[in-house]
Amino acid sequence: MVKLQSRSATSSRTLRVLVAAASVTALGFALAGCTSGSGSSANGQYGFPEATQSSSSTLTVWVDNTRVAALDAFKKANPDVKVDVVTYDGSANGSNTFQTKMQLFDQAGSGWPDVVFSSQNNDASWASQTSNGKQAFAAVLNQGYIDDSTISGFSAGALDPCTVDGKVYCLRNDLAQSVLFYNKTLLDQFGYSVPTTWEDYQALGDKVAAEHPGYIVGSVGDSFTPEIYMWASKCQANDVTAARAITVNTTSTECQRMASLLDDLSAKQVLSQDSVFTPEFLQKYTGKVLAMPGPVWYSGAIFNSATALNVPAGQMAVAAPLKWGSDDAVTGNVGGGTWFVSSHSTNLEAAKKLVDYVTTSDDYQVDLAPGLPAFASAAAKWVAKQQASGYFTGDLSAITSSASMVWNGWGYPQFSQEAIWAKTVTPAVASGSTFSSLLSTWGDAIKNQAQVSGYKVN
Amino acid sequence: MTLAPSRATRSAVGSETSRGRQPGGRRSTSTTAQSRMGAAFVSAYGLLLLIFGIVPAIYALWLSVTGPDGSFVGVDNFVQVFGDYRFIPAVLHVGLFLVVWIVALLVFVVLLALVVHAVSVRWLSTAARFVFYIPGALAGASSVLLWLFVLNPAASPVSGLLNALGFESFVQTIAPGNLPGVFAVIAFWTGAGGWIVIMYGALNNISAEIMEAARIDGANPVQIAVHIQLPMLRKWISYMGVLSLAAGTQLFVEPQLLSQASNGIVGNDYSVNQLAYLYAFQQSNFHGSAAISIILLLIALVLSAVFVARGGLFEKD
Repeated sequence: MVKLQSRSATSSRTLRVLVAAASVTALGFALAGCTSGSGSSANGQYGFPEATQSSSSTLTVWVDNTRVAALDAFKKANPDVKVDVVTYDGSANGSNTFQTKMQLFDQAGSGWPDVVFSSQNNDASWASQTSNGKQAFAAVLNQGYIDDSTISGFSAGALDPCTVDGKVYCLRNDLAQSVLFYNKTLLDQFGYSVPTTWEDYQALGDKVAAEHPGYIVGSVGDSFTPEIYMWASKCQANDVTAARAITVNTTSTECQRMASLLDDLSAKQVLSQDSVFTPEFLQKYTGKVLAMPGPVWYSGAIFNSATALNVPAGQMAVAAPLKWGSDDAVTGNVGGGTWFVSSHSTNLEAAKKLVDYVTTSDDYQVDLAPGLPAFASAAAKWVAKQQASGYFTGDLSAITSSASMVWNGWGYPQFSQEAIWAKTVTPAVASGSTFSSLLSTWGDAIKNQAQVSGYKVN
Repeated sequence: MTLAPSRATRSAVGSETSRGRQPGGRRSTSTTAQSRMGAAFVSAYGLLLLIFGIVPAIYALWLSVTGPDGSFVGVDNFVQVFGDYRFIPAVLHVGLFLVVWIVALLVFVVLLALVVHAVSVRWLSTAARFVFYIPGALAGASSVLLWLFVLNPAASPVSGLLNALGFESFVQTIAPGNLPGVFAVIAFWTGAGGWIVIMYGALNNISAEIMEAARIDGANPVQIAVHIQLPMLRKWISYMGVLSLAAGTQLFVEPQLLSQASNGIVGNDYSVNQLAYLYAFQQSNFHGSAAISIILLLIALVLSAVFVARGGLFEKD
């Protein structure tokens, strides 16, 4: 009797829950129906669907903290353009904020900013693609929207990270190719010459280990280590061959020669295992960095920085990227920000004015920007300005000449190569494995990540 | 355990029969008024549960069985998620963390609560509870930030201890094998204090007569703890287990922050919840993300059911 009662109570409760569930599901379907159709016409004059334009609408611009100066300069030069500046983390350190937020706006069907600065250089890989049937976020820039003269004014290869299937989806803010930094004062004092090849570099490391232990010639503790060393060795770890296809071969001779160099110099303790941004690194190596291959932004971030190595003026110098034997010199690249225009923007004219200004004008790129400008004419003036400041000794032509040496066999996929290296290689090396022994593990991790990111792996 | 079901049945039967015996009596009216009041109190909670718990869960269920175009795809999303090379490792990571953490929580919280309760010096007992509780005042993210410094031999106030354990650098401290322990320590440190205070309250609730009777019968403090206090704490312990399981399976903040702070040495796909986040916001696959969430929900429900059943959480005293 009791059982019967309770059972009928249960079944009527179940019925109520089911009814509620059904109505909620129906609501869900209705909501989903609302999100489609964002009010943009299907065809635009510049190769992407345009929203209805209004020349008086306010530009919403997302930038990181460092780039606020660029917007201040723009507002001063263009008081007639209404700009709403929103600061965000610039998608730095793999936070992926840019993509995350745009996807939420895609889901909502509104709310996209007009212009976005990203401190990463792989955002074109997703921003150029339609996702789940939603219009691609990035506007195509090189089919009439941005002037050809502007596009062609960038340093050779500078727009590679922005280019997918021949279409340019962003403008590069700054370049970040690797060069060889060295401490000329120390090198002269020890009687060593500046290496020009990786073989010379390895010999230098051997000599330093034997004659001046405690000094280092580089660092392998950062997540961007593969971009400094493996990329410069033409290791085919990241060869993006089409918008959604990648070739990965991490056991080639090119990869092995660099891995064994890193193993040799790591064992001799002339390569730091600590990240250059850690307190350990500063404790151990302040005043002890003899040479260091690394991106051009090392100059301000590591050497000429009171909170980092703080090398006094007049000691550091810059040499061209190292090459293997008689090979052509190529180099890697670590970052370099990008500017995107939203394909959903209702004021494309003003957006164009803005990205033109922040990437090409001397007022910002030469006078204010902290990094090497990607726009060639601004870059030359920026380097001249650095030269005049007298921090570096010797001439800085290596910075300008290396800008176009970035090897194009290493691509810019949607996933982060740095994250894979940090997860699979760095902890293993810290616990005693060699780079050579980790090459195939590293390659497998890249292939796995590429696959789940929707790439066809070859 | 053998007693639990029969006692449950007994009380259920008892209440039914007593209700049946006194129709329209004074007691029955007050019960009706009480139950009306009860319903009023519960309704506010019920509404919030519906809006923020049940509706999103149903939405997730719907997403998990449909494709990007809204069509029904059956278990395709689940198959995709199970086939993901990151899924099984993430499940193992969370499983290992849960084992280490829940066991530590069950053992140490109960032990510490018993010890604090047994301390007869009033100020000492109060001070101990206060000290245990303080770390709980730090919210999840800020406690992780604090631990980032504690775990880094270059900055840690206990760097001597870390070095003695063989950790010379931050990268070595957060080696993959240490992570379940690291996360368990962080979670224990922030969460245990609150539970100790709750257990202490529960211990206070045990009637003084029972304790006195035991003492007169010659039971020592250990015997009292094992035969009287522990059995009477059973519900509270399982309550702690249920809530901790629900929180633990959703491990997210700790590995996510550690991933950022270590520049990716701890992967951003360490836990199942992080994987769901990656699916939604990096792969723009909301359907796969929903599938992972549903799996998590099921696992948490099943594990909680075990605790509820074994702990007699819904039994009446």
